[in-house]
Amino acid sequence: MSSLIVEGLAVSYGRTEALKGIDLRVEEGQVVCLIGANGAGKTTAMRALSGLVSPRAGRIVFDGADIAGLRPHRIAGLGLRQVPEGRQVFAELTVAENLALGAWLVTDPAETARRRDRVLARFPRLAERAHQVAGSLSGGEQQMLAFGRALMGAPRLLLLDEPSMGLAPILVDEIFAIISALKAEGTTILLVEQNASAALEVADHAYVLETGRIVLEGPAADVASNPKVVAAYLGG
Amino acid sequence: MLGQQLANGLILGATYALFALGFTLMFGVIRVINLVYGFYFTAGAFIALYLTRNLGWPMAVAFPAAAIASGVMAIGIDGLLLTRLRRVGAPELASLMVTLGAVLALYATATALLGPDIKRFPASVIGAEAMEFAAIRITQAQVLILLATIVLVGGLLALMHGTRLGLALRAMAENPDAAGLMGIDTIRLAALVSFISGALAGAGGVLIGLNFNAIQPYMGEAMMLRGFVVIIVGGLGDIRGALIAGLLLGIVEVLTAGYIASGLKEAVAFAILVAVLWSRPAGLFGRAVTRRA
Ligand SMILES: Nc1ncnc2c1ncn2[C@@H]1O[C@H](COP(=O)(O)OP(=O)(O)O)[C@@H](O)[C@H]1O
Ligand SMILES: [Mg+2]
Repeated sequence: MSSLIVEGLAVSYGRTEALKGIDLRVEEGQVVCLIGANGAGKTTAMRALSGLVSPRAGRIVFDGADIAGLRPHRIAGLGLRQVPEGRQVFAELTVAENLALGAWLVTDPAETARRRDRVLARFPRLAERAHQVAGSLSGGEQQMLAFGRALMGAPRLLLLDEPSMGLAPILVDEIFAIISALKAEGTTILLVEQNASAALEVADHAYVLETGRIVLEGPAADVASNPKVVAAYLGG
Repeated sequence: MLGQQLANGLILGATYALFALGFTLMFGVIRVINLVYGFYFTAGAFIALYLTRNLGWPMAVAFPAAAIASGVMAIGIDGLLLTRLRRVGAPELASLMVTLGAVLALYATATALLGPDIKRFPASVIGAEAMEFAAIRITQAQVLILLATIVLVGGLLALMHGTRLGLALRAMAENPDAAGLMGIDTIRLAALVSFISGALAGAGGVLIGLNFNAIQPYMGEAMMLRGFVVIIVGGLGDIRGALIAGLLLGIVEVLTAGYIASGLKEAVAFAILVAVLWSRPAGLFGRAVTRRA
């Protein structure tokens, strides 16, 4: 079953057409990656899916319902959760408060506690730093917190916008290990990356975005061996 | 003499702090400099005047009613003006101009309807009796001012730092988009902030009206100038900073009026503003890029 179906999604900022009508699909339990150069429109696509920008045209069907143009809190409430570009943790709030906000819509404290225990078991560093403000964490820890915060929302579809951006190579490996683990647990993921080789390795299916248009799509292994992709994105 | 001056200054400063808190909360959470804010101060004073003088309500009832009515008015006016500006991502100068135009129109309308002259609460309402503590005279109105300020400020701090809603407000202050991703309805919270800040301004208007027993349509305008001094000196968006800066401003004004010349109190207030900004551009207590709401 399809978790997400996007048809003809177009987004403009004033006169700049950032997305010129893209189609994409994420099947339940799959990891789909969207690769593309800086400025291709990847973040714009993620923001449109989460309701942070309104599409000019197109349909976004999530779990069978058209969510295009819904406000962000409604979309989050449906279980479409995002780890945004640049992490965007609440730097002046504590780690515990950041996690609590991830479960803002959960009214049952016992459920919130269960989710928090699971997140802290996955990221023990966050437990150690629970009462520190998020701004005092290292970049890698902040990214763990951004993941933990999104997981507190029990995502039915998890959007990851360049989770490896700005991290040291060893931490990049750690991030991709987390993504593999989430995939193994059956989490449905739409992953945006500039680190195309790592993204194509973990993904089932891939799309290539160039200046607001999908120029190539297919099973991740096929995309990874496509000569144009090798030349442009895999440093071949 | 000095003790009396300090007490008067503290009481005046408490109202400044109360007024500035709403202003800084609005800036901290919604991130707009909303010049209409001063009008809610005027509105609070006139609503309390109407309720006590025309309807004969006791001040203890008229005061909270006027604050709530000002808050409701703020939801309506801010919603009309600011929601759209924020949705289209208007530049800050646009919201400044829109709110400036709106507030001037509101003051002019209020003046046309209510008259420009100074109005006073009936003598029975203000409670002329005074108490004396260690040779310091405090009127009943001043006691009400102090109590109301302590309750409202304490309530605001408890809301911001002790409740789930306060957590959401602090998250929204820092990053509204990320707050939306958490499932927080930022438009509804913006309306709540309008209500709280409008109610604080309205409460400030009633209390200043009581303190000086003088109410006129443009009273919010003079207050806005002080509001700016307080929130800039205290650090934009900083609740504790506004509290301290408000108290200090009240004390400085009363001491200037008492020991130098009463006509100079505004000059001194603004000289302090310039000196603080010149030496510490982020405000006396503020960090450079902070929104400690
Ligand atoms: N808020 C904005 N206002 C105007 N233009 C924007 C805005 N955000 C992004 N853009 C433009 O839209 C295009 C796509 O940007 P973005 O989606 O951030 O790309 P990517 O995430 O692939 O690097 C770029 O040309 C960028 O300059
Ligand atoms: Mg991007």
